[in-house]
Amino acid sequence: MLNTTGSPVVEARDVTVAIGGRPVLRGNDLVVREGEFVALMGANGSGKSTLVRALTGLRPLTQGTVLLFGTPLHDFRARHRLGYVPQRGTATGGVPASVREVVASGRLTRRGLLRPTSRADRAAVADALDVVGLADRAGDGVSTLSGGQQQRVLIARALAGEPELFFLDEPTAGVDLPNQQALADALHTLSGRGATVVLVAHELGPLAPLVDRAVVMRDGRIAYDGTPLSHEDVHGHHHPVDAHHDHVPHVGSPFDRLSHDHREGHR
Amino acid sequence: MSPTELLDLLRHDFMQRALLAALLTGLAAPGIGTFLVQRRLALLGDGIGHVAVTGVALGLLTGTSPTWTAVVVAILGAVLIEVIREQGHTNGDVALALLFYGGLAGGVLITGLAGEGAASLQVYLFGSVTSISATEVWYTAGLAVVVLTLTLGLLPQLFAVASDPEFARVAGLRVRSYNLLVAVLAAVSVTVAMRTVGLLLVSALMVVPVATSQQLARSFRSTLVAAMVLGGVAAVGGLVVSAWLSARATVAPGPSIVLLALAMFAATWPLGVWLRRRRRLAEPFPIVGDESSGDPGVPDTHRMAGHDDRAHDHEHDHEHGEACGHPAVPHGDHVDYVHDGHRHAPHGEHYDEH
Repeated sequence: MLNTTGSPVVEARDVTVAIGGRPVLRGNDLVVREGEFVALMGANGSGKSTLVRALTGLRPLTQGTVLLFGTPLHDFRARHRLGYVPQRGTATGGVPASVREVVASGRLTRRGLLRPTSRADRAAVADALDVVGLADRAGDGVSTLSGGQQQRVLIARALAGEPELFFLDEPTAGVDLPNQQALADALHTLSGRGATVVLVAHELGPLAPLVDRAVVMRDGRIAYDGTPLSHEDVHGHHHPVDAHHDHVPHVGSPFDRLSHDHREGHR
Repeated sequence: MSPTELLDLLRHDFMQRALLAALLTGLAAPGIGTFLVQRRLALLGDGIGHVAVTGVALGLLTGTSPTWTAVVVAILGAVLIEVIREQGHTNGDVALALLFYGGLAGGVLITGLAGEGAASLQVYLFGSVTSISATEVWYTAGLAVVVLTLTLGLLPQLFAVASDPEFARVAGLRVRSYNLLVAVLAAVSVTVAMRTVGLLLVSALMVVPVATSQQLARSFRSTLVAAMVLGGVAAVGGLVVSAWLSARATVAPGPSIVLLALAMFAATWPLGVWLRRRRRLAEPFPIVGDESSGDPGVPDTHRMAGHDDRAHDHEHDHEHGEACGHPAVPHGDHVDYVHDGHRHAPHGEHYDEH
């Protein structure tokens, strides 16, 4: 739902990020309110992933402030309220890991050090696997799953901590259509439970009906913020040229003008 | 050597001490090694081992216990490798190489300065059963227990950090502290293993049992536990083998422990290949939807490309079923049987090719 009155969950003011001295984000303001489903869109290199990384604290700000749930980012300790799904390719490591283990690692935000898993922990992991439709694969190795299924595992991992705010970085990139649909179903369930979702996407695909606010980035700045746009609006030409016109029609060439001026001066 | 003589040898105090030290080493080294393999830093243990040579040499030079100087220098080296790796991003292997050669060259040079020959260094490079004193066994045991407690106690956190550092950071885990902890624990287990396996072979005990257990395990926890069991068996078994051979020749325990661990890997590898092949065969086939039908979830088997409705050329001597021996693979709404590289789907009197 588009929510203009709810309490702000993310408040970014003047967010500026430079990577290697080169500005990637330039003075962006973004307020996301409770329960919103926001899609961050734009071309490659427009800064949408960097903005999400800045909002989660992975990318230090050069300038500006970020408040999560009203708390400045560097003081933000209630990490269990935050769920993060990184870009693809990080689900497998050098050692086999089961789907359940990867998902359970998302529960660490709510588990203390040196504590055994409680019944609530196991229930949350089982529920997260259920939401993404992988309950029957819990005991399998993550590396035996397809790319789209691995992406769903990463979403389940973020879900396991039962967060209120989700950041997803390109969850649908390189994922086939049935898996995109499964992802969309999972996000629909989440959104229905009242979670706030901030999603980076190049193309929305099956996610389109869920998005109630689109933020389009261009060259490190927010270029559009409002109801979702069609593909043509985002990628098409923004400045339609109707007719050719001369800026200074009475001038043929600089010398014409000079000689004209010269004569004028004589008059 | 006859079995009774071997048993007599194993009853000796020094041998019992060595067996205890080997068992603890064999448990601790693969425990921490699993995290190194997960982070694709399998050679970190080797780098730390080389740095520890300098520590041993400093001990020989100053006349203090080489175990403790090795612990200190190994920890410093491990932290240095971790810091260089973190700051330099891509140059982790170069950082390792720098410390490899610096550590080994420094160790040999300082041993020379101490007036000792290569023989005194040999004990630390390849291990020595007889040289372990009672106090050193207690140190070894204490350090091994510390490594085991921290590794198993912090398993969920260390797993999260090793498998996805970015996610762990967003989840509020102190990624740098955990990475440093792994480096320090690796350094401690290297020095723990120094007297039994030796510094140059210690990394094998950290990595080879993990590679072996990976062949069969599906989860991280089972990989870790199986690697620890395999490491313990290899360490104790290798020590007994070297004691048994010691009647005929001088055999350092390090090489026999490592070769035993490698033999275990060689034995399980074909099994792992077979298991992976079987698992791949049993994978459900991707459901290829008809794009134009608009519903990608429902397969329309008869319009699919590659389907062949005619009966199979050669005679079927049996009905495909649970007991026919052909791998049964779920495919959409039915089950295919893999037969001579074809996918057979029962269809009335005959089998369709899917």
